[in-house]
Amino acid sequence: MNRLSAAGLARGGVVMCALVAFPFVFSQHWVLNMAFFVLMYAGLAQAWNLLGGYSGYISLGHVAFFGLGAYSEAILFSHIGIGSRGFLPLLVLPAIGIAVALTSVPVAWVALRTRHMTFAIVTLTLLFVVQQLAFNLRGLTHGSQGVSVPSPTFSLYERPFYLALLAIFALATLVTWHVRRDRLGLMLFAIRDDEDKARGVGVRATEAKVFTFAVSVGMTAMIGAVWAYYIGYVYPQFAIDPLVMIGSLLPVFLGGAGTVWGPVLGAFILVPAQQWLAYRYGASELYLIAYAAVFLAIILLLPRGILPSIADMVARRRDGRTTPRLPVGSAREEIAS
Amino acid sequence: MHLLVQAVILGILIGGVYALMASGLTLVFGIMRVINVAQGAMVILGAYLSYTLFSSVGIDPLLSILLIAPVMFALGVGIHRVFIRALRAESGEEMSLLVTWATALAIEGVLSVTYTTNLRSTIPGYAQRSWIILGYRVAEVRVFGFVISVVILSALSLLLARTRFGRSVRATVQNPTSAKLLGVDADRVSALGFGIGISTAAAAGAVFGIIYPFNPGSHYDLISRLLSIVVLGGLGSLGGAVVAALLLGVGESVVAVMISPSWSSFVFFIVLIVILVFRPQGLFGVRERGAL
Repeated sequence: MNRLSAAGLARGGVVMCALVAFPFVFSQHWVLNMAFFVLMYAGLAQAWNLLGGYSGYISLGHVAFFGLGAYSEAILFSHIGIGSRGFLPLLVLPAIGIAVALTSVPVAWVALRTRHMTFAIVTLTLLFVVQQLAFNLRGLTHGSQGVSVPSPTFSLYERPFYLALLAIFALATLVTWHVRRDRLGLMLFAIRDDEDKARGVGVRATEAKVFTFAVSVGMTAMIGAVWAYYIGYVYPQFAIDPLVMIGSLLPVFLGGAGTVWGPVLGAFILVPAQQWLAYRYGASELYLIAYAAVFLAIILLLPRGILPSIADMVARRRDGRTTPRLPVGSAREEIAS
Repeated sequence: MHLLVQAVILGILIGGVYALMASGLTLVFGIMRVINVAQGAMVILGAYLSYTLFSSVGIDPLLSILLIAPVMFALGVGIHRVFIRALRAESGEEMSLLVTWATALAIEGVLSVTYTTNLRSTIPGYAQRSWIILGYRVAEVRVFGFVISVVILSALSLLLARTRFGRSVRATVQNPTSAKLLGVDADRVSALGFGIGISTAAAAGAVFGIIYPFNPGSHYDLISRLLSIVVLGGLGSLGGAVVAALLLGVGESVVAVMISPSWSSFVFFIVLIVILVFRPQGLFGVRERGAL
């Protein structure tokens, strides 16, 4: 266990160092812009994975909290100044994250009374509720006109945003990594495998689920806030966009749900591909079709994700042909610890 | 008071159409535990097909259902063959949400390429006509739509109640394992059920296209309503879906008239939340498996 965790630490350290160095090595705007979106989706995927991958509760409404974060940032700074150098909106991120996490608790409590498909339906509905609220509460959100955020005058515009996202991404990865070694992780896995049995042996399932939900959406909201400041304006249909929702859960399934690095790997593969598709087909709606095709291909061809599939292969080779097929959970344990 | 009654009448009429859309959703869930997130997109696809048949060939949009429904049935069986069946082995129910969502996106994409994203409506001669009954104005097309929905729903429930196929569907809904042991071909039942589910969506789409303007993105609006309806009715319960659709149709219409149309969809969401807090299995649902 210790040896493995040292390896994990080294792996994490190398990835993080490379990511910190990145914007100081590259300074072309298009590269940094793409890096921003890669990190954004990696962070969203990681935050989603904490709930969806560990506890098995498939939320289709996380983007509602992304939008909540985006609107909090935009509305706040359309009223007060962004400070002389424009860093203030990035400094308030933790406050936005915590506020959204606390707000989400009653919602989580209601939604998490349901399981499986019903939970997915409820969270999907949440997405539409929040979008509709953004359209309707005109006094606060200006409805479909949207809210604009003053733009800062950073010397290299993308870099501070990138670093802010990197901090959130690192936090999300750290939380994911820590939770899977923690009591909470065990509780969540138990819930994923059989919630009734887990309750039977004394897992406080409701507390574990609600807490994880709140942490997960708090991080999602912080990413939404950075996005809003980066883009400079917030409209209901873009801040709470089903496509962003898909973009944040697709990497999880591509890389491997419930692993620490799977969602990251997924985002690093998918987002550049997605940007390329958008660049190639962006003007027409062919983009949507291409995206759906990628989506279907991943789910049908790689339903368990890259990392668990590789782990399976490695395990099979190591143990020869006599080994029975590993159950899903144990393969996942191995790859990420 | 006059306004309120008017709103209730409109609500019941549109509720019937919602019931038709939701029946396919709940039937598919009952048979194979799949929530077809593409149901809304199928409705919109049906609306576009009937729009095209009307505007280019001049076929009456309501009669065009007879052409569209079989085509969509085949499409449904095809989707089941290619995408849904592949999933059943290990990854389970949640993956089907993602697959059907991707299907919805693909349909939205294809429709956007074919028809652009401008709003369309199908406008046959009777679209603007209405009857005055006891002082209440009732649009003819809404009555036609309601009647068609009732006819199709009755046919569907007869099919389920009286035929051999219907018996295998009900058996599968109640207990899939026993059904298989008793010789029900689960794969065939699923494929046909999926086809039927989609063709009801398409039939409802032809009606929807006359009543409301639509574009390829309209399916999100629809699916959020349909999901609330099937959860309220109890997942897998056909009768529940019909009752829930009528209730929510009336609720939506009353709020639209008495408060504001922009808040009317909140009726769906509020009801959904209340249901989840007090009765998570829905009005007519059973906690474990739905019963028709």
